[in-house]
Amino acid sequence: MATYQLTVNGKRREVTVDPSTPLLWVLREDLKMTGTKFGCGISACGACTVHVGGVATRSCIVPISHIGDRPIVTIEGISQDAVGRAVQDAWVEKDVVQCGYCQSGQIMSAVALLKDTPKPTDKNIEESMGGNLCRCGTYPRIREAIKTASAQITKGGA
Amino acid sequence: MRRIRVDLFLLAAFLVVLSCVLAARFAEASNPPTTAQGLAAWQQVYSVLTNPRCINCHTATDYPQQGDDRRRHVANVVRGAEGKGVPGLNCAGCHQETNADSTGVPGGHNWHLAPLSMRWQDINDRALSSGDVCRALTDRSKNNNLDGPGLLKHHEEEPLVKWAWNPGRRPDGTTRTLPPLTHEEFVAATRRWVEAGTPCPK
Amino acid sequence: MIRSVDQYEFNRRGFLRVSFAAASGLLVSLYLDPHSAYVVQAQEGTAPAAPASYPPDAFVNIRPDGKIVIQVNRLEFGQGVQTALPMLLADEMDADWTNVIATLAPAADVYKDPLFGIQMVGGSGSIAHSFLQYRELGAKTRAMLIATAADRWGTTADQCRTEASVVHGPDGRSATYAELATDAARKPVPSNVRLKDPKEFRLVGKRVKRLDSRSKCDGSLKFGLDLDLPGMKVAVVAHPPVFGGRVKSFVDDEARRIEGVRDVFEIPLARGTGVAIVADKFWPAKQARSRLKIQWDVIGVEAADSAELWTRYRELSHTPGNVPVNQGDVKALDRIAASDRIVAEYAFPFLAHSPMEPLNTTVRFDGDRAEVWAGSQFQTVDQMAVAEVLGLKPQQVTFHTEMAGGGFGRRAVADSHIQREAATIAKRLRGTPVKLVWTREDDVQGGYYRPMHLHRVEVGVGSDGLPVAWRHVIVGQSITADTPFAGFTTKNGVDSTATEGVADTHYNIPNLHLTVHHPKVNVPVLWWRSVGHTHTAFVMETLIDELATRARVDPIAYRRKVLKPEAKELLSTLDLLEKASAGWRNALPKGHAVGISCHECFGTGVACAVDVSIENKRPRIHRATLAVNCGLAVNPLTVESQFQAGVTFGLSQLMAKGAITLKNGVVEQRNFDGYVPPYIVDAPVAVDVHIVPSGEAPSGCGEPPVPVISPAVVNALARLTGKRYRTLPLVSI
Repeated sequence: MATYQLTVNGKRREVTVDPSTPLLWVLREDLKMTGTKFGCGISACGACTVHVGGVATRSCIVPISHIGDRPIVTIEGISQDAVGRAVQDAWVEKDVVQCGYCQSGQIMSAVALLKDTPKPTDKNIEESMGGNLCRCGTYPRIREAIKTASAQITKGGA
Repeated sequence: MRRIRVDLFLLAAFLVVLSCVLAARFAEASNPPTTAQGLAAWQQVYSVLTNPRCINCHTATDYPQQGDDRRRHVANVVRGAEGKGVPGLNCAGCHQETNADSTGVPGGHNWHLAPLSMRWQDINDRALSSGDVCRALTDRSKNNNLDGPGLLKHHEEEPLVKWAWNPGRRPDGTTRTLPPLTHEEFVAATRRWVEAGTPCPK
Repeated sequence: MIRSVDQYEFNRRGFLRVSFAAASGLLVSLYLDPHSAYVVQAQEGTAPAAPASYPPDAFVNIRPDGKIVIQVNRLEFGQGVQTALPMLLADEMDADWTNVIATLAPAADVYKDPLFGIQMVGGSGSIAHSFLQYRELGAKTRAMLIATAADRWGTTADQCRTEASVVHGPDGRSATYAELATDAARKPVPSNVRLKDPKEFRLVGKRVKRLDSRSKCDGSLKFGLDLDLPGMKVAVVAHPPVFGGRVKSFVDDEARRIEGVRDVFEIPLARGTGVAIVADKFWPAKQARSRLKIQWDVIGVEAADSAELWTRYRELSHTPGNVPVNQGDVKALDRIAASDRIVAEYAFPFLAHSPMEPLNTTVRFDGDRAEVWAGSQFQTVDQMAVAEVLGLKPQQVTFHTEMAGGGFGRRAVADSHIQREAATIAKRLRGTPVKLVWTREDDVQGGYYRPMHLHRVEVGVGSDGLPVAWRHVIVGQSITADTPFAGFTTKNGVDSTATEGVADTHYNIPNLHLTVHHPKVNVPVLWWRSVGHTHTAFVMETLIDELATRARVDPIAYRRKVLKPEAKELLSTLDLLEKASAGWRNALPKGHAVGISCHECFGTGVACAVDVSIENKRPRIHRATLAVNCGLAVNPLTVESQFQAGVTFGLSQLMAKGAITLKNGVVEQRNFDGYVPPYIVDAPVAVDVHIVPSGEAPSGCGEPPVPVISPAVVNALARLTGKRYRTLPLVSI
């Protein structure tokens, strides 16, 4: 067991866990933040995507011992970010979700894309979202919603 | 009397051995490996470069490989403009500074794909010939302008190169297969090849 | 999933008549007898298992703050039922939609499917079966509110009207539903109500956004796996590597040393035995499981092997079997010259459903009662199973329906094996809630697959290019064998869930002969979204397309020729498809081809056109156009979403690594690295959906998107490469 000081969605949190515990399970079970989802455990599906130090990260395979003092942002906190809000609003406007289980990860990946590339091409979208699985198949609406969010964040010359 | 002769004998033997060693070293310094020796050393280097721990990131495609079976990497990760992935799927997003043995994900500083100029496979994921890899490696317009000593230093010190000998555990707990030579042997073979003038086979 | 029996021949019109009968107490239904666990068909007029009248207050709760909480009698697992069913109720009730909250009803008699008599979701039946039910509930609630207002104002119901949760009376009087609710609940429930004429609909038929969107986008919505209860433990189970294997012995000292591990013990499973690990949290449980050393006993256990099964199936296909269809002259084919015949063998592998949310169930056993939380498609069945394991009556088990991350049929299991596992563990931990978690490896390797199927077809072509004789053999496990559903699906040894789509084809084939073999294999199998149609539609639609090519006729025109004139639904979709896709179909870039297919299942006809090219040695689907006839589209937005996305689920069948295979009894795939579902690059870039305008009663949209897409894509590929693709998945093109 070891104690870790974390910054999660801007708040200081402390956990005492086995150092090998993936960040995903620290978030879900120690911090009771279940918005980040468990889908596969081998980084193949993206349901567990969070931002660590501003980089989209698959939390199911990063042990808590590897986080250090890098700030963590999850789906619960992404609305504090203007791009995050635009993506969530676009997702709702375009009625993207079906079962919704993959969508936390989809949104976190989309936010990472739009923060880096506010006007992504279809190819950008396909590559950046290329590793997020949706069994329901909401991909066409995800594409549309990303474009809607992009229009929102780039209007007014932002 | 006898004891003194034994001591003298031992001293003489030591001096002979020492001078041989020094002579050999001197011979080495002043007589570099032959082309044939250099080519043989290159083959050893090539055997390391084309083992999965190295070649999996020296691809000709826009994706890395993983595993001893060199399958395409999970989650459709792609190269991106700088070989570091794309926003949302950066290599460093999952591959941390060190191996994550509890989850089976390898890690090392600045995890990224080698540039396409340093591809050691063709677009069908087959390893290039020994000669082709050698020529790519020694082409200063492709290899980040490294000369022989620069290549040696790269093999000796670059963290991602050294990672191959500390590749961490797979998700099932087993250790990843190591390259066919130790790191020391790899560096020594590189040195011999460099000293031979980095000769390349046809 | 479950289909109507031949005897009752439920088409949509027939269902309407039956449902009106339901409102007055006559209900033809099926029910599971909990004591003898067999399905019994109730004759019209005898006592139904599901109540003949539905007390509105079990479905509608008008809160003092004006919020209207509507109970949904189905699992929501993406299909949108928690929006569409409340729409029906809210429309008839004239409720203010902005104040409607939908919740998933727990297991209870009152929430049983009116047609099938168990609480369930499947067979694309949610809207079809509860269409009138939910409308009646809304209308009855409205009637009671009006009656209350009328009483208060000393006027009559016909002097009142309703709008947006307000009753308006004469002289400008009004009262909100919230104000009237308490008194209204005391009013008698009217036995007859007038339902709205479709012209009066305010919500139904409109594109209404989902109610659960925001909470699924901000991480706040809890799925079953997210459940957290005070004192809860987490359990994982080590399952045998071969189905039915048993624990011979195990060594758990290393496992128990993991901090947080509470207990390790052997448990019986639906097949064989396994070892359960209970821990404070998931990670220690998982770690501990990987440190267990288990000796398995597989003596006498059949080791299913895919290669061996293909050989066995092929041999079987050449032997006599059960013949459910023998139309015309079985010898007609023999009189046709070999050059006028097509002989085709098709192979379909096992498929895993792999919903995104790993399977899980939480159970707490308190001795004389129990509580269950599960995203279940089969609440009645699962509740009974838990009760049985715990030695309780079903009424002693409170069964909560959790929001589920996908299902596709995987959560509708006759043997309730997941719930039984969880209950078995909970029984030992009396008083402590236990969340059983199946990892993705458990899921991929855990069985309950779409069965493997072999089809062998010989088609004799007439001089007019149309099929004149058709000899078809299907070999595959029966999904319902050894379950209570067999009585419903299986006649004379043939499980209709294996033959649907061929046996009832809408194509006019004068001499059609179908033979079926149901081998027994030690692999548990289950219905995979659209069930038999997953493979039958592929065979039919690729063969019909091949015939069209041979006849040098346009694939849409050819289908029109071969379809029976009575197949009005399918014909209407072909017409709409032709119009809707004409623009792009006639302007394809070089290297692209069109693929066409059409299929009807679960009462809904679908026609599909895809624009396909080959990129990186894989099919690249630039566009799919779908024409749908589903009767009245209660929520056209839901219908559009279901079809847009459902086709991608269908494309699971084409993925290069889209097969479950077994070697010497062991499943060879472990996770999404070995069994790979479609990612965004594998899905159509754009899908446009067109709904045939219709006033007929609604039919399902959950499964109909799935069967059409794979044959359409493969038909396009055939035009690009000249090859026939009859073995799935598409490993190479």
